[in-house]
Amino acid sequence: MGRYVIRRLLQFIPTVFGALFLLHYLTSVAIQLTGNPVRALFGDRMPPESVLRNLTERLGLGDPCLEQPFSPCLALFTQRLESIFLHFDFGTNFSERPVTDIVAGAMPYTLRLTAIAISFELLVGISAGVLAGLRNGGFWDYWLKISTVLIISVPVVVLGVVVRDFVNLSFGNWLRGLEAVPDAISRGVFAPTWTPNYPLASLIIPGLVLGALQLAATARLTRSSLLENIRADYVRTAWAKGLGQGRVVGIHTLRNSLIPVITLIGTDIGALMGGAVVTEGIFNVPGIGRQVFAAIFTGETTVVIGIVTLLVLVYLIASLVVDLLYAVLDPRIRYD
Amino acid sequence: MTDPVSTGVPAGTQAPNRPEQEAGPASSAPPGTTLSEQREAGLVGDAWRQLRRNPLFVIPAIFILIVTSMALFPSLWTSKDPLACTVSGGLSRNAPSAEHWFGTSILGCDYYAQAIYGARTSMLIALVATIGITIIGGLVGVLAGFFGRWTDALLSRVTDVFLGLPFLLGAIVFLTIFKNRNEWTLAAALIALGWTVIARIMRASVLSSKHLDYVQAARALGGARRRLVARHILPNAIAPVVVYATIALGGFISAEATLTFLGVGLQPPAVSWGVMIDQHDGYYHEDPWLLAFPVSLVVGTVLSFVLVGDALRDALDPKLR
Repeated sequence: MGRYVIRRLLQFIPTVFGALFLLHYLTSVAIQLTGNPVRALFGDRMPPESVLRNLTERLGLGDPCLEQPFSPCLALFTQRLESIFLHFDFGTNFSERPVTDIVAGAMPYTLRLTAIAISFELLVGISAGVLAGLRNGGFWDYWLKISTVLIISVPVVVLGVVVRDFVNLSFGNWLRGLEAVPDAISRGVFAPTWTPNYPLASLIIPGLVLGALQLAATARLTRSSLLENIRADYVRTAWAKGLGQGRVVGIHTLRNSLIPVITLIGTDIGALMGGAVVTEGIFNVPGIGRQVFAAIFTGETTVVIGIVTLLVLVYLIASLVVDLLYAVLDPRIRYD
Repeated sequence: MTDPVSTGVPAGTQAPNRPEQEAGPASSAPPGTTLSEQREAGLVGDAWRQLRRNPLFVIPAIFILIVTSMALFPSLWTSKDPLACTVSGGLSRNAPSAEHWFGTSILGCDYYAQAIYGARTSMLIALVATIGITIIGGLVGVLAGFFGRWTDALLSRVTDVFLGLPFLLGAIVFLTIFKNRNEWTLAAALIALGWTVIARIMRASVLSSKHLDYVQAARALGGARRRLVARHILPNAIAPVVVYATIALGGFISAEATLTFLGVGLQPPAVSWGVMIDQHDGYYHEDPWLLAFPVSLVVGTVLSFVLVGDALRDALDPKLR
C-alpha cells in the first residue's frame, strides 16, 4: 500500500504540470493569434503606446513570446509556476483584483452547489438503484431504465433552461400569487434565478439540475452492482442463516455494492465543479464557473489559469483519494 | 505455419459456434482465411439476429436513419431555403401553419427548413468528432496497451493530462483560440478533449486480451506484431469502443448545443440545432414551440444513440447471452 501511494504521487506530479502546461499553451496561443486582450479594455479608443505597454506589463502579459504565433512561451510558464507554487501568487484580473480573492468570493457558492448536487445523487440515485436492483425486471426496474436513459439524453443546457422557465418561473409565479406559501419557498427555493436574499434556498434547484446527469449514472451503477452481488455466495449464505431481508440487503449486499458507486461520486466532484459553468450561467449563481467563463471571454488569462489550476488539483486529488479509498473499502484489492 | 495459428483462434474464443464452422470449410482453399471470415460473421451475425428483434434497437435505429437522411439529402425533406428570411408583414415568430410547418423563427426564416438543414451541421460535427476520437483514442490505447513499459507510462500520463482538464472548460478555452468558429473548429475542440476515454477503454481491452492463451499461441508461433494486433487483439477489443463511440456521437450532438448556447459555438448565419435553441431561449413563454422543436430533435437523436449503444453493448458481449 505504501509503495502504491508513493507511485501514485509520483505520477500525480507530472500530470498536474502537464495539465497546467496544456492550459498555459492554449491560453498563450489564443493571445498570440487574436491579439493583446488588454487593448480591448479601451474599447474603440486608441490608448497611447506607453500606457498600453505599461498596463500589459503590469497584468503579466508583457512577455514578447506572446506575439510569436505557436511559441510555447516556456519562460513565461516557469515564471507562472514559480509565482503560483512558490509565492502562492495567482496574479490579478484586469481590474487588479487578486485571483485568490475572486476564488475565495466565488468558491462558497460552487461548493454548496456541488454539495447539493452530490447529496441529491447519493440519496435519490442510490435508493432508486436499490429499488430497481431488488425487483429486477419489475415495474421499478423499467421505470429506472426509462427515466435514466431520458435524463442522460437531455443536454444539461436544455434541462436547465426548461427547469428555470417552467418550474421556477411559471410554477414559481403561481406560488408567489398564493398567500399561504411562505416567502422562503416561493421567493427562495422557486426564485427564477439565484437571489442574494435567499442565498442557500435559491441554490437548491440549480443543485438538483447539476446533479441530475450524474444521478442517472449513480442509479444505474448501484443497480448493476447490486445485481452482481445479490447472486454472490456470501449473500446466499446470509439468507441460509435465516437473516432478515433488512440485514441481508442492507448490510451484506449494499455495503459491498456501494464500493464502485463511491468511486464514481469521488471522480464526480471535479467534474461537477467544472460542469457548473452551464448551471451557474443559467441560474445566475456567482460561483467559480461564472467567473472563469467571464474571464475566458475578456481574455483575463491569469484568472482562467488560476481557477482551472484549482479545479484540476481538486479533480486529481479526488481521483487519488478515491483510488486509495478503494483499497481500504475492498480488502480484496491489492495494489502491490 | 499460418494455418494452425488461425485455426487455433476460433476454437479458443468462439466455442459455441464450432459446429457451424466445422460444417463449412473443411474442404478446399486456405482454411485460415475462410475460418476467420466466418468467425467475424459469427459474432456480427449473432449480434444482428439479436438486435433486429429488439424494439429498443429497431425504433431508435430508424430514427437515426431518418435524421441521417435529413443531414445527407435535406432537399428530400424541404424545398425551402433555411436562410430565405423575411420579417415583412409580421412574418417573425409565426405559429406553425400549413405553409410553415414549424412556424417561423425570430428572423422570419422557415423553422422547418432550419430544423432539416440544422441536422446536417449537428450530425456533421458529431460524426467528425466521433471518428476523430476513435482514431486518436484507439491508436493511443492500442500503442499503450500493446507495447507497455515506457510507451504505456508516457501515453497514460498524456491521457491523464487531458482527462484532468474539465471537458467543458477545456473546450471553451480551446475555442477562444479561433477568431472565426465553424463546424470544423467545434469538431476539433471536441476531438482534442474527448479522445481520452476511448484511449483508456482501448488500453484496458488490449491489456486484457494480450495475455489470453490464443494471443500467446499466435505470438509463440512467430506471428508478426502487426498481425497480432490486427487479427487477434483488435477484433476482441473493439466491441466496447464501438459501444462508447455510439453513445459519444449522441453526446457530441448535445455538446454542440451546449457550446453554442454558451456563445463559443456556431453563430447565426450557420444553421444548427444548437443555434436554434440559443436564438430562441428567451421566447419560451410567448412561443414555446420555438424551443420545443429543436429541443425534441436534439433529445430524440441523443436518446436514439444512447439506446442503440445500449443495445449494441448487450448484443456484442457474448458473456451476456
